Amino acid sequence: MQYASPVIAAGLTMIAGIALFGALGTDPFLALYTFFVMPLTSLYSIGELLIKATPLLLCALGLIVGFRGNVWNIGAEGQLTMGAIASGGLALAVYGQDGPWLLPLMLLAGALGGLAWAAIPALLKTRFNANEILVSLMLTYVAVQVLGHLVHGPWRSPEGFNFPETRTFGDWGQLPILLEGTRLHAGVFVALVVFLAIWLFLSQSFQGFKVTVAGQAPAAAAYAGFSNKSVIWLSLMISGAAAGLAGTVEVMGTIQQLQPVISPGYGFAAIIVAFLGRLHPVGVVLASLLMSLMYLGGESLQMSMNLPLAVTGVFQGLLLFFVLGSDVLVRYRIRFIRSHQSEPA
Amino acid sequence: MDGLDAAITILVGAIRAGTPLVFAALGELIAEKSGVLNLGVEGMMLVGAVVGFMATVATGSVYIGILASVAAGMLMALIFGILTLSLLTNQVATGLALTIFGVGLSAFLGIKYVGTPITGLKPLEIPFLTDIPVIGPLVFGHDLLIYFSFALFIGVAWFLYRSRAGLILRAVGESHDAAHALGYSVVGIRYLAVLFGGACAGLSGAYLSLVYTPQWAENMTAGRGWIALALVVFATWRPGRAMLGAYLFGGITIMGLHVQALGFEISSHLVATLPYLATIIVLAVISRDATKIRLNAPASLGRPFHPSA
Repeated sequence: MQYASPVIAAGLTMIAGIALFGALGTDPFLALYTFFVMPLTSLYSIGELLIKATPLLLCALGLIVGFRGNVWNIGAEGQLTMGAIASGGLALAVYGQDGPWLLPLMLLAGALGGLAWAAIPALLKTRFNANEILVSLMLTYVAVQVLGHLVHGPWRSPEGFNFPETRTFGDWGQLPILLEGTRLHAGVFVALVVFLAIWLFLSQSFQGFKVTVAGQAPAAAAYAGFSNKSVIWLSLMISGAAAGLAGTVEVMGTIQQLQPVISPGYGFAAIIVAFLGRLHPVGVVLASLLMSLMYLGGESLQMSMNLPLAVTGVFQGLLLFFVLGSDVLVRYRIRFIRSHQSEPA
Repeated sequence: MDGLDAAITILVGAIRAGTPLVFAALGELIAEKSGVLNLGVEGMMLVGAVVGFMATVATGSVYIGILASVAAGMLMALIFGILTLSLLTNQVATGLALTIFGVGLSAFLGIKYVGTPITGLKPLEIPFLTDIPVIGPLVFGHDLLIYFSFALFIGVAWFLYRSRAGLILRAVGESHDAAHALGYSVVGIRYLAVLFGGACAGLSGAYLSLVYTPQWAENMTAGRGWIALALVVFATWRPGRAMLGAYLFGGITIMGLHVQALGFEISSHLVATLPYLATIIVLAVISRDATKIRLNAPASLGRPFHPSA
């Protein structure tokens, strides 16, 4: 039954969408068609669907580890940015003298960049008891500003006519295209590997079990001698590395350089993806495809019906409200009673 | 005299930059004192800011704009209340959802208003009084909302520690089961506290879009809602310290700008990281004493209340 609530939520979001488009004075069914169906009608756009789902999936896979363990890393966006900075910095540092070794090294650098950024909230939480929600979020703002500083200043492309962007990475700093006629790149394989790793980790490993126990029954975890600190470290390290990989794949595959903005909020949308996917790796795969469709739908609405791109953000928020709200139907039996006073005490 | 003038400018600037944080932090403080952790402050502020701006453009009156901001903040808080208090959803996740929703909704509503000029709320010019050196600009030269924030602070402090209603609110936040057993409506009181938090967040948004920088820009709160949340922790849930902390953060923001104006070669991007870094450092320093945090935090903070009888 708990698998029904994401479906209910998606349906309710759709109904809210009809109401919203109706209120805007556009034909709601044409708008919904443009939003949800049109992005799936060509090979190119199916490639786009997978490209956008990749960073969402990577971030969300990492987040579910933490969310299961009651560790609230909401700074995936910042870790994604740091991953992009680390891997992009490497590509720029060896510009013009790269080789096949660069590709794996960039992936590693990106994962480490995200991991290092997530280590800060982990350290501050375990050593100083500082709330990881606030620290990881503050670090997101810092990471975005650092990226802005780098691409406006020291890393700006010498041939770029003063545009705030770096050089395009060398050939070995780019992920190969998988399908002729699309932009679909090998980043999906990275996401696939991480998906399998996280799935095995959560379902098969003792460490993964510890994380789940720490989240569902903290007292039982303490009684069993599971260290809460190691759960915090482990889940932040994993989610940081996964988000760092998301940023790396995004700059190596989709953008191929560093720009002031490299993510339209994938790190935040991944929080919704994690909940929509019921904190399960398989669920998260489906949810990331839906979320990616919402990004594409927003773009397609903007292009063909001239509606603002921000519609996507409204839908994302509504979707998460509905997921969380419809859980009440799963966890409780609703009874309508007249009044508390009329019952015998 | 130049140094004194500069000091006054910085002080007044710190108060202005800190005022949105004062509003948001005081509102969140009341909500948290009742036991509800609302992480949606940023979203409520953004929606408050954009709705206030729209109302000001539509009516030409900043005051109607401010009222509209407050109403919008309360509406957002109502969504949060229905989900967490009536449908018993996870407060952390719902707060995040409220912020994500608020970011999207405000961008959506405000799309036609980017770059629209308005006349914001002006500082008071009291004849003679504002012209007194030093005291004039510091005491008599602010805008009405700053004076209102002082009044709000006194009201919140009095309410929490000197009134019976405040005692009940704190009781609900410390032990909702005990408060329920005494016959208080835990859910009702929490609704009121959450709505108050929403009203304050809306006001904070209004201060940003109608007074501080009278314009609308997407995501213009730039994390201030989150800083306000951190402030409540720094303040160990005490209004006086929250207020001081807010001005301290206002000061850090202003100092960064002044350092740049003095001609130091610092990237504006790196200067912009200062308030966030300061938040992290202060948060770590204050939270270090886990016992102190545990003793000061409302004991039922973040726990859903489900009456079993």
